[in-house]
Amino acid sequence: MIEVRELRREFKVATSKGLRRNYKTVTAVDGVTFDVAAGEAVGYVGPNGAGKSTTIKMLTGILVPTSGHIRVGDVDPSKQRRDLAKRIGVVFGQRSQLWWDLPLQDSFDLLRSIYRVSAEDYRRRLDECVELLGLREFLTTPVRQLSLGQRMRGEITAALLHAPELLVLDEPTIGLDLESKERLREFLADINTRRGTTLLLTTHDLDDIERLCPRLMVIDHGRVLADGPLEELRAEVTPDRELVIDLREPGPAPDVPGVTAVRSEANGLRHHLTFRRAETTAAQLITQVVRQVEVHDLAVVEPEIDDVIRKLYQRQLDQDVRR
Amino acid sequence: MLAGMTANVVFGLLRAAVLVAALRAANGEIADYGIAATNTYVWIGQGLLGFILLWGTNELAERVRSGDVVVDLYRPWHLQSALLAQDLGRGGYAFLTRLAPPMAFGMLLFPFQFPADAVQWPLFLVSAVIALVISFACRFLIDVSAFWLVDNRGLYGFWNVTSGLLCGLTVPVAFFPGWAREVLWMTPFPALMQSPIDVFLGHGDPLRTLLHQVFWAVALLAAGHLALQRAVRKVVVQGG
Repeated sequence: MIEVRELRREFKVATSKGLRRNYKTVTAVDGVTFDVAAGEAVGYVGPNGAGKSTTIKMLTGILVPTSGHIRVGDVDPSKQRRDLAKRIGVVFGQRSQLWWDLPLQDSFDLLRSIYRVSAEDYRRRLDECVELLGLREFLTTPVRQLSLGQRMRGEITAALLHAPELLVLDEPTIGLDLESKERLREFLADINTRRGTTLLLTTHDLDDIERLCPRLMVIDHGRVLADGPLEELRAEVTPDRELVIDLREPGPAPDVPGVTAVRSEANGLRHHLTFRRAETTAAQLITQVVRQVEVHDLAVVEPEIDDVIRKLYQRQLDQDVRR
Repeated sequence: MLAGMTANVVFGLLRAAVLVAALRAANGEIADYGIAATNTYVWIGQGLLGFILLWGTNELAERVRSGDVVVDLYRPWHLQSALLAQDLGRGGYAFLTRLAPPMAFGMLLFPFQFPADAVQWPLFLVSAVIALVISFACRFLIDVSAFWLVDNRGLYGFWNVTSGLLCGLTVPVAFFPGWAREVLWMTPFPALMQSPIDVFLGHGDPLRTLLHQVFWAVALLAAGHLALQRAVRKVVVQGG
């Protein structure tokens, strides 16, 4: 679906000093290479200014790359922008493609004409979205009066009316409350699995990734730092897991082989046992622990995805320093 | 809408009064404009002003400035054509609410010079629509300049101040000295307002007037198309 090779984009940025105006070149995307197969769901994450939005603008044909090769659905985006636009959907979390003063329904009707969707397809797709996203109660409300959560549901519907093969979402859950986020994620997961729509989403909310994207790409300073299944990245970057046990009676932590560190709290009622993912399984550990002490409750804690990404950045920094 | 109409009519009354006073001082006629022709000129001008939307809203430029223009750019359309279609639609509405009322007002209450030949009516309509297209093309060019200037309000302000004078809104182009008239007719400005009025009043050869308009409509639309294409290739889209 997407094929990107050694993609670069430079910007000239004006730096004014008195009356003199100088330009310096900033590389926003610096040799990015990746593929996305049809039907995949890929999370594209990185800090602000990492080059995510620039990549998306190039994928949708709005920006022309400085160099490198892009194909989206076998099409060169910037050369065949209009053909491509009919086949992809884009949602920018911080921008709106709906008409501010028109009722939601009228925006959809306009989009139907712009994308030349047949009346029958339009009816069917719209009904489906109305049903799954619960749009009915505000379909006739002007967009300016919608809450952010309602508007985002409208935005996603707007991007799906022409049944795109690829849906690109730029921070779709930004600013939404937990319930709205969950509803959106559920819907997106559904269209990904059921319709086979390829998803590419950028986000700062890592729950989006955890929930939606089997594959994660991490970008910083315009370069891809890591690309792979979330589980693999987690195993590679953060080799430690943690077993938390609550004892019935306060006591010392059990001494179990394979545990590399112990942290206790609540006067010995709760102990955090750190262990190596590669060396010990949680099951082995638990068997050992319950043999030694009387356990009230226990839980295995995976490192937060934030930690994974923070470590990836850190690793990149260390490499840069060494070089 | 009603407030707009009232303001429009009040300004029409003021302009008619001033111009008629000037005519009286000049023995009743200046450059083919008698009392009836002058009143006709004023009321058509008042109507065309809202119809062609000489002073626009700078909306696209604002979208360029904020970066929202990305949404307009990834749609499967030719942005300039889409916006032109939108402006023509607006023109259809403005025909009923902005063009017809002041003209009817003038016809009913003032000495009015109706076309001598019935064919001038449809020609006037054609000329007015081309004027709208030219007005759109000019506003589009100013809007697109925002891709380079980021903030083009200065340019817009300049347009707002000069266009009224140069297009024949303030006084008929025929009132200018000979050399200025010649220079003006080499620009698109008279085609915005003076041309449809000339066609209605039967001043000059209507076909020549229309050809001049068509030339500028095509040239300015083409310039806008090229400018947008260049803007999209060369220029940064603002914001993350």
